[in-house]
Amino acid sequence: MFNYTIRRSLLAVPTLLLISLIIFLLLDLAPSDPTANLPLTIPPEVREKIRQSLGLGDPIYIRYILWCKQFFINEPLNILEHIFGWQIGGDRLRVLSWQTRSPVVDLIVQRLPQTLWVVGLSYVLGIVIAVPIGVISAYRQYSWFDQIGTFISMVGFSVPTFFTGVLLIVIFSVWLGWFPSIYDTTHQVTDWSSFLVQVKQMIMPVSVLALFNAAQISRYMRASMLDNLNQDYVRTARAKGVRERIVVLVHVLRNSLIPVTTVIALGVPQVFGGAIITEQVFKVNGLGQLLIIAIQGGDVPVVQTLTFIFALLIVLFNLIADVLYGVLDPRIRYD
Amino acid sequence: MAELRQNPLVEIEGLKVHFPIHAGVFRRHIGDVKAVDDVSLQIYEGETLGLVGESGCGKSTVGRAVIRLYELTDGHIKIDGRDISHAGADELRPMRPAMQMIFQDPQASLNPRMTVSAIIGEPLDEHQSLSPSERIARIYELMDQVGLNRSFANRYPHEFSGGQRQRIGIARALALNPKFIVCDEPIAALDVSIQAQVVNLLEELQKKFGLTYLFISHDLSMIRHIADRVAVMYLGKIVELAPRDDLYADPAHPYTQALLSAVPEPDPEHEAKRQHIILEGDVPSPSNPPQGCNFCTRCPKAMDICHEIEPSFHAVGDGRYAACHLLEDR
Repeated sequence: MFNYTIRRSLLAVPTLLLISLIIFLLLDLAPSDPTANLPLTIPPEVREKIRQSLGLGDPIYIRYILWCKQFFINEPLNILEHIFGWQIGGDRLRVLSWQTRSPVVDLIVQRLPQTLWVVGLSYVLGIVIAVPIGVISAYRQYSWFDQIGTFISMVGFSVPTFFTGVLLIVIFSVWLGWFPSIYDTTHQVTDWSSFLVQVKQMIMPVSVLALFNAAQISRYMRASMLDNLNQDYVRTARAKGVRERIVVLVHVLRNSLIPVTTVIALGVPQVFGGAIITEQVFKVNGLGQLLIIAIQGGDVPVVQTLTFIFALLIVLFNLIADVLYGVLDPRIRYD
Repeated sequence: MAELRQNPLVEIEGLKVHFPIHAGVFRRHIGDVKAVDDVSLQIYEGETLGLVGESGCGKSTVGRAVIRLYELTDGHIKIDGRDISHAGADELRPMRPAMQMIFQDPQASLNPRMTVSAIIGEPLDEHQSLSPSERIARIYELMDQVGLNRSFANRYPHEFSGGQRQRIGIARALALNPKFIVCDEPIAALDVSIQAQVVNLLEELQKKFGLTYLFISHDLSMIRHIADRVAVMYLGKIVELAPRDDLYADPAHPYTQALLSAVPEPDPEHEAKRQHIILEGDVPSPSNPPQGCNFCTRCPKAMDICHEIEPSFHAVGDGRYAACHLLEDR
């Protein structure tokens, strides 16, 4: 297992380098101009100078290698310095955003908490809701509970979040006035009442995303439980005289969770990727929103860095899912 | 044998297991699959009752219903004098140690995420309170009894061969010192060489612990080897029940005759001359059995009465029973 993990990690290095190159080429091919958002009164020769100052005059391979050096060498060194208080020294150029001129990593660090709170919490909540629903739905297949649960999960799965989000805003912010329609990132939690305000502004974005996540996971859970409930070993457990609760929760659920765990692990990068649309609807300025703004502004370094981090997370969690599968299922052996 | 006959351990009376068929938009109940339809038999203490029949005739359903892994539609089951036909799950649990089952598919019937010692030990945890050292000692004892190496205790089922897995299943079934074991085609999924090993192990354990078996199989020669009495099933009903030697020497029911004629002879000269009884057609659907005798659609000796009146299951000699109009005056 250890060797397998090491081998997979080593294999991931060329994969990721290739991914970063593809992203870079795609962005270069895209007809976006970082100066397009500037006022039209700026004369073309000044625009050209701005482009040159952003480094766009260099050939593409120079720009790519520069980004690689900044991202793979300079930024990790910075992080090490920051964490351990070392002074490695040297003049290191960081990956800078073209729009804000601030280092991209700093932008990400600023945006990450909002995304983790809203999107991460909705993911956790989605799992917590989905697992029991999936278990009960499967155990009482075709019962009323199952019918309603399956219907709701179909709705949650098929209705896009920009619809449910706006619907919730119309109902709870416009008509009822219970919750704010905009997520205020500057809000500080200092005491009980400000905590309540924070909870209030989180309820709508979190529940929109939780519905979507729960819908997906509960379907997997139900299907996996149904698979296992009819297995012979369940009958064996009953024949042993094991309590029904233990039959379902120990024998069936443990085996059913194996594929579901994989699905859950594979879904985690989406949490970091931010729910781009939902963040936009509720004005949560998380990573998803950062990506959207950067795309609109032709801010290549931000888009490049963010997209690459998503790719990194996807590769990482694929590996985690595979390793988890090996840990949970004794029939799987990697060597 | 005669003195054993006095003491039935398992009494089955009028056992019916019907599975409802739902169909249509509202999943209305439109009929039943009559998997087991009015089966009565007794299994005496210490004997092996073989239950044979073709696929889908309901033999496995009988086996599972006897130890109440299915809900009964009708009928009564007494094991060791206690009526378990309508006991609830909580009432049934303490009775489970006395009745156990060995399943057909040794791969699927073992939880893939439990080690051998966890599989064998689980019934001990549920029904007895042993100290950890007593528990492991008992697990080793059981593994010795079924011929499994003790060092396999911490392995998972997928690491074993089919025969070894079936030994795990047998050790598990033996864990609580049962009196009665339903063997549901325990050898059907095994190689022929392993089949003999497992059957010999079952016989050995029977002698050692005085076990009573309900041995379900479609393998007539294996039943001949292991069973004391044989019951033949067709389409949810028992058509013939007789001591082994009588049944194989002189099958009374036309279906039994047809079944036995399908067993190949080892002697090629004899085999070439032998008359086979070849049944025409297919088994009717158990959701819509024919009127009269269930076998009338395929019986080579069917008479008019067979299509109208269901034959009763009656004695046709010393300890022999059959359900056939031809035998009613015997």
